[in-house]
Amino acid sequence: MSDVAADTRDIGGPAQPLLIARDLAKHFHVRGAGRSARVRAVDGVSFTLFKGETLGIVGESGCGKSTLARLLLHLLERDAGELIFDGEPVGAPRGITVAALRRHVQMVFQDSYSSLNPRMPVQDSVAFGPFVHGRNKPDARRVARDMLVKVGLNPDLFGPRYPHELSGGQKQRVNIARALAIEPRMVILDEAVSALDKSVEAQVLNLLRALKQQFNLTYLFISHDLNVVRYVSDRVLVMYLGCVVELGPSEDIFIRPLHPYTRALLGSRPSMDPANRIEEPPITGDPPSPIDPPGGCRFHTRCPFAEAVCEQRSPALGAWLERESHVAACHMLDRGSGHSRAAQ
Amino acid sequence: MSALVEVNDLTVRFVTREATVHAVNGVSFSVRPGEVLCILGESGSGKSVTLRALMRLLPPRRAQIDGAIRIDGQDVLALDKRGLRDLRGGLVSMIFQEPMTALDPVYTIGTQIAETVMRHKRCSRSDARARALELLDLVKIPEAERRLGNYPHELSGGLRQRAMIAMALSCGPRLLLADEPTTALDATVQIQVLILLRRLQRELGMGTIFVTHDLGVASEIADRIAVMYAGRIVEEGPVADVLRAPLHPYTQGLLASTVHGQSRDGDIAAIPGSPPDLRRLPPGCAFTPRCVKAQSECRAAVPEPRWPSPNRMARCVRIADAALAAAE
Amino acid sequence: MSQTATLPIAFDDDAPPALRVRGYWSTVGYRLRHDPVTLCFGAIVLLIVLIAIFAPLLAPFDPYKESVILRLKPFGYRGHPLGTDELGRDLLSRLIYGGRSSLLMGLIPVCIATALGGTLGVIGGFAGRRVNAVIMRTMDVFYAFPSVLLAVAISGAMGGGMANGMAALALVFIPAMCRVAETATAQVRSLDFIEAARATGAGTFTIVRYHVLGNVLGPVFIYASSLVSVSILLASGLSFLGLGVKPPTPDWGLMLSTLRQSIYIVPLSCALPGAAIFVTSICFNLVSDGIRAAMDVRL
Repeated sequence: MSDVAADTRDIGGPAQPLLIARDLAKHFHVRGAGRSARVRAVDGVSFTLFKGETLGIVGESGCGKSTLARLLLHLLERDAGELIFDGEPVGAPRGITVAALRRHVQMVFQDSYSSLNPRMPVQDSVAFGPFVHGRNKPDARRVARDMLVKVGLNPDLFGPRYPHELSGGQKQRVNIARALAIEPRMVILDEAVSALDKSVEAQVLNLLRALKQQFNLTYLFISHDLNVVRYVSDRVLVMYLGCVVELGPSEDIFIRPLHPYTRALLGSRPSMDPANRIEEPPITGDPPSPIDPPGGCRFHTRCPFAEAVCEQRSPALGAWLERESHVAACHMLDRGSGHSRAAQ
Repeated sequence: MSALVEVNDLTVRFVTREATVHAVNGVSFSVRPGEVLCILGESGSGKSVTLRALMRLLPPRRAQIDGAIRIDGQDVLALDKRGLRDLRGGLVSMIFQEPMTALDPVYTIGTQIAETVMRHKRCSRSDARARALELLDLVKIPEAERRLGNYPHELSGGLRQRAMIAMALSCGPRLLLADEPTTALDATVQIQVLILLRRLQRELGMGTIFVTHDLGVASEIADRIAVMYAGRIVEEGPVADVLRAPLHPYTQGLLASTVHGQSRDGDIAAIPGSPPDLRRLPPGCAFTPRCVKAQSECRAAVPEPRWPSPNRMARCVRIADAALAAAE
Repeated sequence: MSQTATLPIAFDDDAPPALRVRGYWSTVGYRLRHDPVTLCFGAIVLLIVLIAIFAPLLAPFDPYKESVILRLKPFGYRGHPLGTDELGRDLLSRLIYGGRSSLLMGLIPVCIATALGGTLGVIGGFAGRRVNAVIMRTMDVFYAFPSVLLAVAISGAMGGGMANGMAALALVFIPAMCRVAETATAQVRSLDFIEAARATGAGTFTIVRYHVLGNVLGPVFIYASSLVSVSILLASGLSFLGLGVKPPTPDWGLMLSTLRQSIYIVPLSCALPGAAIFVTSICFNLVSDGIRAAMDVRL
């Protein structure tokens, strides 16, 4: 299954990134009592996703990571920016259509009571994808049963079951089977293990690793759990209030974080050592609301190093196209910015 | 120093027409004044049910409670309605996971805190409001004066949680029960709330029982830790000892499967299988189907608590009990 | 190199869940079978329907046969178990045959309204904001009129008669049914699995057919079953006013109207058509309550 299929679908070649996102933006209009406000959910996000890698996206609530996931699948229309899949622009006249994109990119949602149709047996939910893409019903069901076996569920025992009869971990495996049933090249995992118990989470992470190898997949792993992201990802992207604040190889980011927010996030993880407890929180206050965010650098209201320039101008991210680049959007890293700590 | 909380052989069963759910099966523990006990377990372990049983918050008709619960010497299960109302909020307070549903959306937080204070201290409204302001300052809510007039939905998640803590502390309880209060919070907010709780607990000298599923949270806040599985406590001891050298195979499995600095090249050592159905518990040790060190005697009967040292307990037939060993 | 994990991963937890496999509809069926009150009234409804269907076999006399001398006779007179009406026709036979038109006028408008109103509601719930607004505000216009007045007005304007009466009733019920369907669809639309189906590349029609309908049929069916009893009452009302079934067709509402003048002569006979309407309507009502309780399955 793996290599031959990958070759025939791979148009751009191994050096071509699978996905390039450039300045993606999505704003929502919220009608409050009388006044209308703008939620800048995603505001100028750019990154590359290389074939065969796992890119982790971390951020707290309001950072826009879930909106970004939906933009990549075109479940939401982007307001600005472009998306290039394997060298072809998405939605453009000479490029790849949204329908074709959806054959190559799939998503696994967070386990909730509504991630599977409660009135459909599990195997029908998994078979729906192949059925929509042209297989007839018996074929689609056979594909579904195969997929259930691959995720470790006995199709005779679990196929005819309804979602409410399954445990959280089993439901999530069904979600994974559903996403993989149409043989995509890329899978977006939106907080896919966040709602599971820790012991089940470990099982599902192992399963995801095995599936990635066997089907030659590329993963986009969205999570708020830094430890899981570090284990799973090759590269990590850190988001704050709709913007990218840092992007780079996973180990680099965890050992040498460049952006103050990344440092704060890493420092907020529990120490796991009762003798060395964290005495002072690395950052105070709550993440602000994405409605009418602060001007300039979004983080300046909570940053211990904030200066006048941070309030006036948004910092640029730097060179983000290459696989090895480790960049952060901070004035302290930009020599010409006027920040007092920038002369390094 | 006598124990603040003493629970002996607590059993909770939920009886419905279809089946009986054995949520808690013989749980015993004690908490000293000023001590933090963390009850660690996954979903279905019975940890939240145990906590709610302490304040008798379980539905009275469906839940059958057996065993003994004593808080500050009072027998909680024998209290009448009046005694229970005095207990709740006065001697014992609870903070919940989801502050949005635990706070009343139609009243300002100032009003809610003042109402609790007036109920227990029987003071005037202005005194109660002054106390509410004091409390908001205590939990480090900025601009406390203004926040008194805010409704819950006008506060962010972290502030709401702090408001709920303020409400719980309003009448100076001696025992604080916390049911996963930081699970729904972002990482940067979670560490702030944990540090706040630790500081308040030390300053006010409250005993605390903190329920969580997260080992990291337990390491940050607990003095002692009790690990629950299928309604039983399977291991108990000082937090540093349990995390460094776990005795029970379930605790060992939990530690090994928690993602924390594992190499990216290998699988995580996951516990196989899934938790048992609480409607049909197996006769012996409930962890046997998933235990890599299971023996035949594990299936025979539920293992008795073994004490290899005075403050460490594990319910496993492989653990040598110090008293038994000394007797031989 | 990294250790390759082999598939399928052994998960060892495939002990089948303790619950028997039971889908939503079979759970509903199970609960209905174990609900004695609903079963009892359901049996009565079935009896009424069977009597109406087998009317030719059960009626002792020809319901249209008039007799000048046998008018308004009491019970049991010369073999007429329930007496005769004001034109000498056998009352029992007319009651039995009357069930046909009353049931038809009760059930058919509900069926039409469910089909049309349900479709409009699903379209409105799933389409964009503008289409939704157009459909729902149009329905609101009809909804603003009291149902009886609206039925009378439409049927009167169309000239009365059974077909026009049924059309009028259908028009009265469509807005309500549309609203129920739209609410149910709007609730389902925001759930994750619909988004997942869209992400798979399914078109709107496919999503509606496979994912939405199954979840919407429940509330729609419950509402439709509760409408039947209302429909029977309204239909009888229309016939009573002369806007429904035309004489000499036997119909309970019509019989109530014509026998009304004879109330001082044979009071019991006059009450009979009313009793028939009452019993039928209440039994449908109670059965629909039972269906609603059975379908309220918390999964």
